[in-house]
Amino acid sequence: MFNTLDQIFVNALHWLVSFVPEPWRPLASSMLCISFILMVFPAFFSIITIFERKGIGRIQNRYGPNRVGIPFTKIRLCGFGQFVPDGLKMLTKEDIVPRAADKLIHFLAPVVMLIPVLLAYAVLPFGRNMTMTDYDAGLLFFFAIGGAVEIAVFMAGWSSRNKYSLLGAMRAIAQMISYEIPLILSAVTVVMVVGSLKLEDIIAAQNQYTYGIAHWHVFTPWGLLGFVLYFIASLAESNRTPFDLPEAESEIIAGYFTEYSGFKFALFFLGEYLGMFAISGLGITLFLGGWTSPVSFLTWIPSYIWFFSKLITLIFVFIWIRATLPRLRMDQLMNFAWKFMLPLALINILIAGIWHFMNVEWQRWIVCSTLVLAAYVWLGRGLMHQQKLGKRTYRYAE
Amino acid sequence: MSPAFFITAIVTILAAATVMSLRNLVHCALAMAITFSGIAAIYLQLNAEFVGFAEILVYVGAIAILIVFAILLTRSGEAPEKSVLTAGWAAGLVVSVLVFAVLGWSALNSTALPTTVTAAPKITVKKIGEALMGKFILPLEIVALVLTAAMIGAVIIALKEDAKTENPGRKS
Repeated sequence: MFNTLDQIFVNALHWLVSFVPEPWRPLASSMLCISFILMVFPAFFSIITIFERKGIGRIQNRYGPNRVGIPFTKIRLCGFGQFVPDGLKMLTKEDIVPRAADKLIHFLAPVVMLIPVLLAYAVLPFGRNMTMTDYDAGLLFFFAIGGAVEIAVFMAGWSSRNKYSLLGAMRAIAQMISYEIPLILSAVTVVMVVGSLKLEDIIAAQNQYTYGIAHWHVFTPWGLLGFVLYFIASLAESNRTPFDLPEAESEIIAGYFTEYSGFKFALFFLGEYLGMFAISGLGITLFLGGWTSPVSFLTWIPSYIWFFSKLITLIFVFIWIRATLPRLRMDQLMNFAWKFMLPLALINILIAGIWHFMNVEWQRWIVCSTLVLAAYVWLGRGLMHQQKLGKRTYRYAE
Repeated sequence: MSPAFFITAIVTILAAATVMSLRNLVHCALAMAITFSGIAAIYLQLNAEFVGFAEILVYVGAIAILIVFAILLTRSGEAPEKSVLTAGWAAGLVVSVLVFAVLGWSALNSTALPTTVTAAPKITVKKIGEALMGKFILPLEIVALVLTAAMIGAVIIALKEDAKTENPGRKS
């Protein structure tokens, strides 16, 4: 019973593929997997946009969308039908291209943005046996593909021939490159301890239970620190508040996609959210045990339900942070990345090494927790020390 | 020679030709990113996953962006009016074709390399890591040292020479 429910999608895929003649089966199988991703995640995106608007509304003490339900009936669905008119509006709006724009690159930028984001889903394990391509270097594939997003951001910003677009693109690229380093370094700890870049292996290492509690990496000192670093860096990588300088509405209109409208804007919007889901999914795989359950008596719940509930929880934290934290300043952003997160991630690699080579369980817990706390306090104080808080003087605006 | 190889090869070579022939430098840089992706695709077809992904990570994600930044920060962004081809391009073409023909001819006729194809060894990422950390640890460390020295040099060049002119209130 459990196995049928857990493997229902895998079995359905095999069943569907069995109708296709033998030589075409690999192609049909990958086509079905691709269409699964293309259907599920944009649908998830549309639900999440409503979730976000309603959630932020609740946090800011207002209603948020609560009208649109099923048309021609009185059913309102708490406003969760809102994404249909929103999507239709996006698709039917006029597509405006600035006269001075570089037409070809302006057209290609949203496409180039979406391709790497969708490719990143190829290596994510959504459930037991539910990885599309299980590369030996899956983790490296994910980060390599993520690096290509910067090109798209630059293309959008540069081709628009708009000062705000270019400023936004410059900010975005500087931010993405800076935060990519702590992002990758915090993931390196997991690779060190597991000894593999394969995402299935990383999950298998976490799919063990002692006293009924899973061996998730987040339940170790280095894993906790790594997860916090990864989470902050993933906020910055997906341009979410408090790191949304690239599209800061109050300063530079919409950043690199200022000159985009209609369907192209929708593609950017989609790309940004899908990127956020993918990077959260990788965080879940690395630190939160992927599709495994946290306690051994809940292993009967299907693996994909665990994955998606963890994903929704992480996305909720993203929304929560967006609604509560103000935007950082550019110099604060850079200081935080280079003077705090990067050294902390490097120290965390050392701590993970110590954890790996110490054998007595309670000893390594004490040593590693002390090291994590000491590093955090020491680096945090260093950051505060340099602030020189005092009366602020302005150079240009007096 | 599979059709996939031909497609990637043609795309890569066309993109490389575009890099050389376009007037706008930013377009050239973007075409170069396509060339790098094409090379990565060829690595992937040769089952060299690690090299292919590293190619994308380093060349498309970092080098192309670096080039683009360098162009933006040093030029006004307007394309030059005159043609990118110099007067002697025909002679250059002849010379390059001749050089390629000689190289190809000698490579095909050489006996230095074994002509029989041996089965490709199954190289996993783990093996690459073990080789880098074991047999090739010294070269790796030397490369790391050189890169660190280069980075420190870059930081020193970028440092402000006179710290006193810095604004006290908005200390970075």
